[in-house]
Amino acid sequence: MNFDDTPQEAEFRATARAWIGANAPKQYEEELRTSSLGRTQLKNANILEVAKAWQKKKADAGWACLHWPNEYGGRGASPIERVIWQQEEGAFGKLSHMFIIGHGMCGPTMMAFAREEHKRTYLPPLASGERIWCQLFSETAGGSDVAGLRTRAEKEGDDWIINGQKIWTSGAHYSDYGILLTRTDPDVPKHKGLTMFFLDMKSPGVEVRPIKQASGASDFNEVYFSDVRIPDHQRLGEVGDGWNVSLTTLMNERMSIGAGVSTGFPELFEYCSSLVLDDGPAIENPAVRSKLATWAVKASGLRYTSMRAISALSKGERPGPENSIGKLVAGSMIQDVATYALDLQGAAGVVSGAEDAEVAGRFQAMLLRAPGTRVEGGTDEIMRNIIAERVLGLPGDIRVDKDVPFNKIPTNGRN
Amino acid sequence: MNFDFSEDQKQLRDQARKFLTEKCSPKAVRVVLDGKAPYDKELWKGLAEMGFLGVAIPEEFGGAGAGHLELCVIAEEMGRANAPVPFSSTVYLAAEALLLAGSEAQKKKWLPAIASGDAIGTLALFEGKGNPSPKNVKLMAANGVLNGVKKPVADGAIADFAVVAARTGSSGRDGDISLFLVDLRAGGVEVKSLTNLDPTRGQAEIIFQDCKAEPLGASGEGWSILSQVLDRAAVLCAFEQVGGANRALEMGRDYALDRIAFGRQIGSFQAVKHMLADMYVSATLARSNCYYGAWALSTNAAELPEAAAAARISATQAFQHCAKNNIQVHGGMGFTWEFDCHMYYRRANAMALGLGSLSYWEDQLIDRMRKKNAA
Repeated sequence: MNFDDTPQEAEFRATARAWIGANAPKQYEEELRTSSLGRTQLKNANILEVAKAWQKKKADAGWACLHWPNEYGGRGASPIERVIWQQEEGAFGKLSHMFIIGHGMCGPTMMAFAREEHKRTYLPPLASGERIWCQLFSETAGGSDVAGLRTRAEKEGDDWIINGQKIWTSGAHYSDYGILLTRTDPDVPKHKGLTMFFLDMKSPGVEVRPIKQASGASDFNEVYFSDVRIPDHQRLGEVGDGWNVSLTTLMNERMSIGAGVSTGFPELFEYCSSLVLDDGPAIENPAVRSKLATWAVKASGLRYTSMRAISALSKGERPGPENSIGKLVAGSMIQDVATYALDLQGAAGVVSGAEDAEVAGRFQAMLLRAPGTRVEGGTDEIMRNIIAERVLGLPGDIRVDKDVPFNKIPTNGRN
Repeated sequence: MNFDFSEDQKQLRDQARKFLTEKCSPKAVRVVLDGKAPYDKELWKGLAEMGFLGVAIPEEFGGAGAGHLELCVIAEEMGRANAPVPFSSTVYLAAEALLLAGSEAQKKKWLPAIASGDAIGTLALFEGKGNPSPKNVKLMAANGVLNGVKKPVADGAIADFAVVAARTGSSGRDGDISLFLVDLRAGGVEVKSLTNLDPTRGQAEIIFQDCKAEPLGASGEGWSILSQVLDRAAVLCAFEQVGGANRALEMGRDYALDRIAFGRQIGSFQAVKHMLADMYVSATLARSNCYYGAWALSTNAAELPEAAAAARISATQAFQHCAKNNIQVHGGMGFTWEFDCHMYYRRANAMALGLGSLSYWEDQLIDRMRKKNAA
């Protein structure tokens, strides 16, 4: 058991550090460092442009999508090298946020299922951030029941015609391409009638409407499809095999381990270290200390759990369902941490404007964004089911829609 | 970087688990639980023969000289098995104190005896209510003679020797405290067994009356040595706690698969599944904190104090959480003497107090994190 770099790792680290030192947009470092969940914005610049520029620079120098093969715009790096890069990239890594879905999920799905010519055409500009991708899975009627989706794809000659609606699509408003899960056969049980495609988001008939969240921001969208045409060669996997293709996508989501989930703890500890309460420094108050300690060991527990997962990955083991614990723990923790930070502020906690609020309103922004973390990418309840069923081997939930043709399953407003 | 135990260490774990499954069944634990023996002597002898008692003791003092990562591996298995032996007091506390501060002669006398299973040791620190603190040590030492009362002392009634914290000054600071080594068989001590939460590990009151004692480490260095011993023991106990937490989780999982109610396995109800998932989460976070503690312990890293406190808090919470919810999963059966659930519940709650309470370690953790941030 050790934390030391091997000589090769040390060399990789030194090279990465030197390159980042010479090339990163340092003028934004402080702003990025002090931003937290719900508030990664730049005051005097468009973060999308800054992020694209940084990603392009990385790609040109061979530092983009480190674990991807070279021919698709990557570097063929090891899992440990990815972690070293993340450690060295530090706050600048926050600029990669809008590429996460594309790099973590769409790219690997394309690699597994697209034709070679498509891989060579679409993957390099995805790696370099010149093209942004989104993932069109969730629907209003579906929610956690992803396979309950109703967006139809019907074959017409060499094309498929898409009609329906998606929701909760992160970044659809600035995405160039998307991977899309559709229903191609409503007469078979729900998991069997799905097919996956990728499409140009500028295709005629695609309409993106941003959703305004509780925080006031709009990270997600509704996407409408009216007679959208997708050529058959943009199909990913076999007709009717879309569920298996989507599982590959979701498995790859787990590969994003090590990216470090936000818990809000470093922010809270920093805040409590300088905050003075009525009866003295917050950090000397026994009640505050007890809360901090409980969260500290959750945060460190998550950190070392992901290091164990990386060690397993580097030995060639596959990331398993046990990696669902990061999001499960961090999601409710960040919500509790934000609530507590505001409690410490007393009546002043209600003020949320960046100019007037305590520590520029970072905890107010965190509070309003946090509920989403517990829902996006699988709710707490789904995460617990995954752990209970796939790690502990407990029975699956009773599914009354199993083996029933999709068009015979009762849905909202239709019995 | 490699954040895992080595293949050899995993083999040792398998070996220890196999040994304990055979020699330390719940039935064997119950002999001690029911008060028919103060500890499992045969198991103790077996542990010595397997080399587990001296796994981290250097070969020159009769041990296996393997190291502390290996001891962590054994500790986890001891916790899984709920072993009714004085392992933690002898190996984590007494032996570690000797290794840290003992003279050559003291090491030669006691360490081989520990490794061979011939001597049981303990640490006599507490004097009634309160957490580890120099001001809670009232027992006096003057001219190599001790006077005072220690209570509770883990395994005090079966121990052959004790490391005793005593007051040698009156300034009210850490430097007032010194450690002594007392042969409990030599006279000047009176030992009384105390009824306690976990009968599989005894607790005692020890009265020292003009008891002769030899210093362990330099005079006035006692608190500094003790805090190192407590940090090291915190990591090792945390592994035991993680072992216990995982065993309790498995018991709950197995029962949820076996037990049918309302025409279904109760493990198919989400309320039960989610309770077990949360047990898994707490046990996993604790294990990860423990691995970091194991690394810090085995390399004597500067991070040890912080890592030890984190492992201790996390493992204490996980064991208590899993032990209590294991009973809940079992329903009424879990609350009976016949089922084994209460053994883990007792052990979890007793272990939560043994090295100082949860709030004590929370306090320690924040102090240490502040110190690190200031540095």
